[in-house]
Amino acid sequence: MNAVLLIDFGSTYTKLTAVDIDNDEILAVASSETTVKTNIMDGFYKAFEVIKAKTCDLDIEYVEKLACSSAAGGLKMISIGLVQSLTSEAAKRAALGAGSKVYRTYSHELSAREISKIIEEKPDIILLAGGTDGGNKDCIIKNAEALSGKIGDIPVVVSGNKNAVDDIENIFEENGIYFKITDNVMPRLNILNVEPAREAIRTVFMEKIIEAKGLGEAEKEIDNIMMTTPTAVLKAVNLLADGTNEEEGIGEILVVDIGGATTDVHSISKGEPTKSGVVFKGLQEPYAKRTVEGDLGMRESASSLYESAGFVKMKKFMANESIDIKEKCEYLSRNIGKIPKTEEEKEVDETICTTAVGLAIERHIGRVATEYSPMGVIYSQEGKDLSETGYVLGTGGAIVKSRNPVKILKSGMESIKDPKYLKPSKPEYLLDKDYILSAMGLLSESYPNKALKILKKHVVNIG
Amino acid sequence: MNNTIVLGVIGADCHAVGNKILDHAFSKAGFNVVNIGVLSSQEEFIDAAVETDAKAILVSSLYGHGEIDCKGLKDKCIEAGLENVILYAGGNLVVGKQDFEKVEKRFKDMGFDRVYAPGTSPAESISDLKDDLNFNIGTMAV
Ligand code: B12
Repeated sequence: MNAVLLIDFGSTYTKLTAVDIDNDEILAVASSETTVKTNIMDGFYKAFEVIKAKTCDLDIEYVEKLACSSAAGGLKMISIGLVQSLTSEAAKRAALGAGSKVYRTYSHELSAREISKIIEEKPDIILLAGGTDGGNKDCIIKNAEALSGKIGDIPVVVSGNKNAVDDIENIFEENGIYFKITDNVMPRLNILNVEPAREAIRTVFMEKIIEAKGLGEAEKEIDNIMMTTPTAVLKAVNLLADGTNEEEGIGEILVVDIGGATTDVHSISKGEPTKSGVVFKGLQEPYAKRTVEGDLGMRESASSLYESAGFVKMKKFMANESIDIKEKCEYLSRNIGKIPKTEEEKEVDETICTTAVGLAIERHIGRVATEYSPMGVIYSQEGKDLSETGYVLGTGGAIVKSRNPVKILKSGMESIKDPKYLKPSKPEYLLDKDYILSAMGLLSESYPNKALKILKKHVVNIG
Repeated sequence: MNNTIVLGVIGADCHAVGNKILDHAFSKAGFNVVNIGVLSSQEEFIDAAVETDAKAILVSSLYGHGEIDCKGLKDKCIEAGLENVILYAGGNLVVGKQDFEKVEKRFKDMGFDRVYAPGTSPAESISDLKDDLNFNIGTMAV
């Protein structure tokens, strides 16, 4: 039979999914520790042996082997714009949507100190924006000048005022900078255009970053590392929501993905005001939006999660209030390999997980602000209104492997009490029980209909 | 030649009709209008002008609280590097029917270059803006 092998080189685990593309079935999944220090392929072969063992009675021909990666630190980015709430924010959203970790976002003309800081942080890619088309071009040109000569071989994606592009091209060419020029992230005021920047980032990731991170070895054996893991997840979720020309999707969806160090939230929705009389303010929202919370996670970020949430909030999720949750969080951030075994350890993990769900979703979704005018109240909205979003999907080991995923998702959602937050009002809860989102995102590149069928089968409704 | 202007209704004011008319009139006259619409804060006017490299900011206020809403806008413009951006205000800037000369003076003291009485036709401010920006029809893209 014909099969496709999908590989996710994760930060900790390398996960393999073998899919029978004649019958749209998952044949086997396996995982092994990611091995960046030796050879990325060691972990791959280990997992592949397991796949082979599981499928030994089948005659399989792998027609494609596709991979995504968040190994070796993932994709680290710095984004630069002009005004913080406008092009800087637009650039940040484009970078996040491309599956990167945005270390810092800069605004206005960069100072020498800021440039030193950027270099210190060793980003994989810099995203340079600033100015609407026909708008301000001094700032982005000055920033291009200031960066060139200092950043060495760090690639730059330029996605700013089109009228500045020729100058920037000259500056970068003279200085031997590796760069890609693409359409403006904010061509007109408050109009967001993230796709071209996302694609350019993905191209640079494939052309440069894979090799630079020592993952090039993998490409001798498999077809391609095509994208970052978060991009693959976002693609899968987008497919599940929108469907294809042949098969319908399930509609608007909110996804929460909890890892050891970060919590990702994705939403597929226009997020426009659902109630009349509400005025949308500020920068347009991306239809497929990803946010990343660097302070919320199960292990590395457990102690920063405690700092952000606090005892009072976390206590509400614990049956046993005598647990010293602060101490537990600190312990876990020092012992990141810890797997919960006892009843108490499981409760601690569930508490951390529920807290992360609540806070990460709260930060992702939009808010209404109430303004009092002589006529009465006026409502303005910032961010996405997801109140009519029908599904909340949980993924990530902490949720998938927990005893009670639906309780974690529900309590997390219900902890967002302030009515100003535009959270899904009556969602159904879904679970990525076989952990296949990233694999299906990859598969969707060549076989969207098959990927959608498998997603619908393996993403289950839990309440 | 850059002829970008930022247009909006300041504060908690949601009178939308005049704003649409001004957008139409200034666009037709050849300006590149960046309209930030109703319920706009001072910061939104400034941010929009910075990103778009606007040459003028036209503030509307209809509901009577224009004075409070406009206070400090010029200072913030200076702070944001927009000291040369021309500032206009118009609409029903204050409560009730007050002596317009006094109103005009108070707004000019706040740093506005021109102030318009209720019901002024857009043609008047269009011609003023062309003067202030040294635009003549020949250099404007229509
Ligand atoms: C329609 C209307 C409403 C509608 C608005 C619907 C909407 N979303 O647009 C509703 C019912 C919501 C409303 C609410 C209120 N309104 Co009302 N409203 C009006 C009304 C009847 C017409 C406004 C209009 O559309 N005019 C037509 C447009 C084309 O004219 P314009 O807005 O004046 O704009 C032109 C010029 O002024 C000028 N211009 C405007 N801005 C600028 C800026 C520059 C730089 C320049 C050069 C020129 C310029 O050019 C524009 C185009 O020609 C006026 C009365 C009137 N006849 O003007 C009251 C009026 C503006 N409202 C008034 C008030 C008090 C209110 C309320 C506070 C309470 C109330 N009494 O109803 C609330 C405030 C709500 C809020 N937070 O904003 C008062 C304001 C009084 C004052 N300033 O002293 C007015 C004058 C009525 C009155 N005589 O009492 N209102």
